[in-house]
Amino acid sequence: MTYTIEAHGLVKRYGARAALDGFDLTVPAGTVHGLLGPNGAGKTTAVRVLTTLLRPDAGTARVAGFDVVRDGGEVRRRIGLVGQHAALDEALSGRANLEMFGRLSHLRPQAAAQRARELLDRFGLADTGKKVVKAYSGGMRRRLDLAAGLILSPPVLFLDEPTTGLDPRGRAEVWAAVRDLVSQGTTVLLTTQYLEEADQLAHRITVVNEGRQVAEGTPEELKKTVGGDRVEIVLHDPADLPAAAALLGPDAEADTDTRRVSAPAPDRMGTLTRVVQDLQAAGIAADDVAIRRPTLDEVFLHLTRTAA
Amino acid sequence: MNRLTWAFADGWTVTRREVTHWTSNPGTLVAGLLFSVMIVLLFAYLLGGGIEVPGGDYREFLMPGMFALTMVFGLEGTFTAISTDASKGVTDRFRSLPMASSAVVSGRAAADMLTSALSLAALIICGLAIGWSADNGFGNALAAVGLLLWLRFSLLWMGIWLGLKIHNPEAVMAIQILVWPIGFLSSAITSPETMPGWLGVIADWNPLSSTAAAARELFGNPGWANDTWAAAHAVELALVWPLVITAIFAPLSVRAYRNLSR
Repeated sequence: MTYTIEAHGLVKRYGARAALDGFDLTVPAGTVHGLLGPNGAGKTTAVRVLTTLLRPDAGTARVAGFDVVRDGGEVRRRIGLVGQHAALDEALSGRANLEMFGRLSHLRPQAAAQRARELLDRFGLADTGKKVVKAYSGGMRRRLDLAAGLILSPPVLFLDEPTTGLDPRGRAEVWAAVRDLVSQGTTVLLTTQYLEEADQLAHRITVVNEGRQVAEGTPEELKKTVGGDRVEIVLHDPADLPAAAALLGPDAEADTDTRRVSAPAPDRMGTLTRVVQDLQAAGIAADDVAIRRPTLDEVFLHLTRTAA
Repeated sequence: MNRLTWAFADGWTVTRREVTHWTSNPGTLVAGLLFSVMIVLLFAYLLGGGIEVPGGDYREFLMPGMFALTMVFGLEGTFTAISTDASKGVTDRFRSLPMASSAVVSGRAAADMLTSALSLAALIICGLAIGWSADNGFGNALAAVGLLLWLRFSLLWMGIWLGLKIHNPEAVMAIQILVWPIGFLSSAITSPETMPGWLGVIADWNPLSSTAAAARELFGNPGWANDTWAAAHAVELALVWPLVITAIFAPLSVRAYRNLSR
């Protein structure tokens, strides 16, 4: 299988600290790959190496078929980078920003102007294209920033925490734009601290901790690593906890503070139906009964819990 | 287009960005120009009354000093622009584009030289309006302008280096605190002879003093007697000082830029 992004054993040290410590990554073409990890895990360093902004101390990486160290120029022709800050000239209009980046991507003046118009339209900024970026909202800035990363319609797009600091509406706007891109075949590497974001957008996820990959898989696969589905009951009266726990069997876990009892639910709906009937038969009132899948939060905490 | 042509084209695109700033936000440019003019008026009319210059008017003495001082203050603009781009990720975006990497620096350099030339033109007009004039022929006046811009050019590299080293545009405050005393510890406003001994020596050797004194000489403006070696060789020093500054800070800037990928 050929990969659009391929990294082997990347190492990047800052003094005694290794920001990347044998980092591996493979991303097939046309997919969204999430890099998930706590602050300081090395996500941004990895993106900076893959986008030719940083030279690795060891290891190799290829993006779109070119080595990031030896053929940096070729890589830069094929990537778009949307970093953590909206990397825009605040004193210029949205349109002027896109035209400038277009010219610097070596489009001819007319082509750069044309591309700026297209992108403003596509990101719903056509009406505000003439305004200076200073006057933009956070979501608008992010969309313009995303547009700036797409000037050359790059086959590979790097998004470094694209929704950090955005309100839910701004976040939804960015997500919609990313989905749209992927439907057109762009390969996306996305770093995020938001598990929901990785769950929503990524086909596969690499969990990074202390500069290394600690897990890799689809969101579903990762969730399975922390155990299967559970049935969870929220009781009306905490006094019923022992009785409810007894109904669920020996593996039940009870939490008095939240009035919750839970237990593994190997046959999902079967378990749920049986639990509801048993509760009724025992006369225990419940506020909520549900089958719950492990969240990526649990996966994340499970995998990144370090010995330190 | 080949590499060199692209290097120029990309540099020009970066320079044009600055020109677009002027047109889209003329207030900032005008405020900057008015500031220089205000300082001139402050010294010429409020403080200058108490200063007597042998063989001429204080305002005629002051203007070349102000021209040179404005060139030095330009350093703040270079620093702010470079460190803002670096801290906002604009520099990283430039570096992730298939553009000529020299353009980030060359475009900034050209933009700042343009801005400084504009400020200098505004100050010259202001000077002419308050009674200053160039009395030594057009050729010499042009040479004086050349020396002033030569000083500005050398300070570009200092500004670029500082901007790349200090990723914090707010630090411009700290730079101002340094630039102002350096600016005034010179012959720009008054003669170093009037200062306490050792301060006078420092002021005498300040590169800014050499450029100011050289500009006075070439413009044919009055000044105090040139009885120190530095003052007597002002034109030579006004050529050499910026060369030394450039020789130090241009390689440092290039290295700091390359080190962004470290």
